[in-house]
Amino acid sequence: MSEFNPISLAPILPELFMAVAGMVLLVAGVFRGNEGTRFITWATIAVVVMAAFVLAGELPTGKPVLNGMFVLDSFAYYMKYLVITGLVISLMLSIQYLDQEKMAKFEYPLIVLFAGIGMMLMISANDMLSLYMGLELQSLSLYILAAIRRNHVRSAEAGMKYFVLGAISSGILLFGISLIYGYTGSTNFELIASSLAKDVSIGAVLGFVFVLAGLSFKISAVPFHMWTPDVYEGAPTSVTAFFAIVPKIAALALIVRVLFVPFVALHEQWFQMIWFLSFASMMVGAFAALRQENIKRLMAYSSIGNMGYVLIGIVAGGDAGISSMLIYLTIYMVMTAGVFGIILCMRLEGVSVNSISDLAGLSQHRPFLAYSMAILMFSMSGIPPMAGFFGKFMIFQAAIESGLYTLAVLGVLSSVVAAYYYLRIIKTMFFDTPAEKFDTNIEFSRRLVILLSVLLTLGFVLYPSLLIETAEVAVGSLFDF
Amino acid sequence: MVDLPLLSLLTFLPLLGAFFIFIIRGNEATVARNSKRAALYITVVNFLLAVYMMVNFNPDTADFQFVEKREWFGALGISYHMGIDGISLFLVVLAAFLTPICILASWNSIKTRVKEYMIAFLILETFMIGTFCALDAVLFYIFFEGVLIPMFIIIGVWGGPRRVYSAYKFFLYTLLGSVLMLIALLALYMEAGTSDIPTLMANPVALQMQMWLWLAFFASFAVKMPMWPVHTWLPDAHVEAPTAGSVILAGVLLKMGGYGFLRFSIPMFPEATEFFAPMVYWLSIIAIIYTSLVALVQEDMKKLIAYSSVAHMGFVTLGIFTATTQGVEGGIFQMLSHGVISAALFLCVGVVYDRLHTREISRYGGLVKNMPKYATVFMILMLASVGLPGTSGFVGEFLTLMGAYQVDKVIGVLATTGVVLGAAYMLVLYRRVIFGAQKNEDAAKMGDLVTREYIYLVPLIGLILWLGIAPSYVMDRVAPSAAKLIGQYEAGILDEADGPKEATKIKAAKSEDKGQE
Repeated sequence: MSEFNPISLAPILPELFMAVAGMVLLVAGVFRGNEGTRFITWATIAVVVMAAFVLAGELPTGKPVLNGMFVLDSFAYYMKYLVITGLVISLMLSIQYLDQEKMAKFEYPLIVLFAGIGMMLMISANDMLSLYMGLELQSLSLYILAAIRRNHVRSAEAGMKYFVLGAISSGILLFGISLIYGYTGSTNFELIASSLAKDVSIGAVLGFVFVLAGLSFKISAVPFHMWTPDVYEGAPTSVTAFFAIVPKIAALALIVRVLFVPFVALHEQWFQMIWFLSFASMMVGAFAALRQENIKRLMAYSSIGNMGYVLIGIVAGGDAGISSMLIYLTIYMVMTAGVFGIILCMRLEGVSVNSISDLAGLSQHRPFLAYSMAILMFSMSGIPPMAGFFGKFMIFQAAIESGLYTLAVLGVLSSVVAAYYYLRIIKTMFFDTPAEKFDTNIEFSRRLVILLSVLLTLGFVLYPSLLIETAEVAVGSLFDF
Repeated sequence: MVDLPLLSLLTFLPLLGAFFIFIIRGNEATVARNSKRAALYITVVNFLLAVYMMVNFNPDTADFQFVEKREWFGALGISYHMGIDGISLFLVVLAAFLTPICILASWNSIKTRVKEYMIAFLILETFMIGTFCALDAVLFYIFFEGVLIPMFIIIGVWGGPRRVYSAYKFFLYTLLGSVLMLIALLALYMEAGTSDIPTLMANPVALQMQMWLWLAFFASFAVKMPMWPVHTWLPDAHVEAPTAGSVILAGVLLKMGGYGFLRFSIPMFPEATEFFAPMVYWLSIIAIIYTSLVALVQEDMKKLIAYSSVAHMGFVTLGIFTATTQGVEGGIFQMLSHGVISAALFLCVGVVYDRLHTREISRYGGLVKNMPKYATVFMILMLASVGLPGTSGFVGEFLTLMGAYQVDKVIGVLATTGVVLGAAYMLVLYRRVIFGAQKNEDAAKMGDLVTREYIYLVPLIGLILWLGIAPSYVMDRVAPSAAKLIGQYEAGILDEADGPKEATKIKAAKSEDKGQE
């Protein structure tokens, strides 16, 4: 089509920078071998931080570039910063764990980096093809991460399961894309939107259902959630932390963009589907978690439930709905980072343990961990004045504003059920008689993540308008069309 | 007085204290001693601040006083708005008064994790006082709900054998009620465009909406109160909580429900209140009679007092929902009086529990012989609980009954039987514990009250007598606010009565929206 113009590459510069730096580090890693893992990890963190600065130099114009493949608007801007933060946090959390579990491979941080690039491409995707490429770059990296301890049965199993199910969902997604291309004649979001605005054919709706199913798999919304508990449990804990913190941000950004740009004409259809996904996720997340004994599985169900709340924001739609979703997602990311930081500290004589009963009496011998966990758990169950309450508050406010009373009531009721299992962790730590003491050596970077997470969770109440206003600005770009 | 942010100070001073205690370091004994002292000093200072506030309170106006307002949520219009009127004034003072007493009462009985205990109590005080001072619905909710956290920890860590079950039950029961209120709060916020309580009170919402919102708020406050049939968490929580936990629970936490009715349900949803009032009367009557009968057969002292609390709270709801001057003032007074009396009764149980480590009534008996002073104190409290003239219990019960009688004679008569039953179970308790033969050797060996116990029991008794003999100090300050509340309520009803006729009003409420008129 048009002549190649290097200036048009500017919005994608952060991703390009990350990709090139990643490859350079890969070469460096090959020379230094696995002893260099720690160095490579810090270097990767530095690359991600630098990418944040590169991103800061870009203007969120919202004008599609690269033949309409890629767009950087303020919504993408916000989501990319979330992803970058999530990447830094998960890399910091993994440093010590890699050493302790003797799985220090220099590829680890780099695969995380490549997954991050995939996510950032997803967030900016403005075409079904760039969407798919970003998604696959991310997914393939995640499959490898899940199975990175290949000599461990659980990890290999988790990787296999994730890969097979993920490949199926990608196939479904691709099939949907092909249907949409067939019925609307384009893969570009704006062109699809204008085609659907004129005429909605049943084939396009069918294609859309496939696309939504494929994307729902990525955020583990019920009924596409089956992989989550197994993968969370089987994958190495630092990988689970990464899974819990970052990929869902990108997938949700993608869902929001897909729903509100190309398929906005199908609002009537997707409204019901997202409504159901939200309802089912909240219920399964609340009830299935009640009997879990493994804290990683518990967090898997908790994340399923939380995706249900996030989806309420999408159902509510509009500025209020999406900005509440962003706020919820941000707060959820901060809390999850802290929780997984603590889970990574659950080690008995050099062996990682994951059972909730191992936390018994933690408040008496590891008060820092126990109090941090308690604050985060109260926050997760939505008790004020913790940040988690305000996340739920904004979401439910958006729901009420759109007249979604039923969903809001179901949401708060499921949050009461969910409160039970969060409380169970607090009960185990505070009320039960102490079990064996956890190992003390906790590296500074992990302590820092836990501390920041707790402080942000507690301090949000003091200055809530900062996040709320930022989220409102971010959403502004989405409804310009 | 104008410049000092008195209410914020009152609310957040305990939190600051909790932080100081948090950073106390050293060996276990030192930490325990220092944190006890620090907690006591802070709460006493806070109480003095509350007294200062009470003295400077202007009794001639029903407006909110000591108001503070600050930007908080930016564009959303939710602000940090604090202020008190005659209804909340004494509840704040009550909370500030009972906390140092609780700390004193736990001085020797809490032996493990003293530091955490004191922190929990100070945080609890912050939330309690904040609840009564908040003039923004969201702020109110935050404090109201935040109370659950320290209370859950207090019951769960320092409670009795079934503490875990009770802590869960307390937490989840109240949470379930509260989240429904949260939805209603959000709906109200959407409808009115503000969460500012004074503004909301001045502008009642449409009738159809009122009904739903009233029910949702009722779900929360009725559980907190607690009203029959959602009272079952209370006996469990009381029995398992440590003495001081029971004191705060009965003394202050139960009042949050009543306060919520006065602050939200009646002024904001006047028509719905009128519609649902008969239901509340009958629930209150059932609470008064049924729980009194249940109290009669209890074998556990704390459980007996817990059930008596439910019955006494029945008088409060009865009085408040009559929406008569006597009823509302009586309800408020009954809350204060019950706060003091039940707190003192739980402390009394705590006194013997500390010595014998059982709450079973049959394990005691004949205490009048070895603990005559204790017997005297217990007698005064028992009579106050029964409602003997001259004690605070009488004033509250008498006024609420008068209010009830004005509205409906049957209700009045039935409620009065509760007074008789109340006398029955309290006298039975007193006879079995204090009189009779000294059948248990260990109970017969118990020593009488010590100085520390006097320090916290005597002020409570003084207060009970003062409130009973000269209630006017409280009444003068409550009256303008109560009158304003009733004014708002009646104005809200009149608005509606102007439209359809009185008799068809309820039908109209069901079938048509106010906007369609």
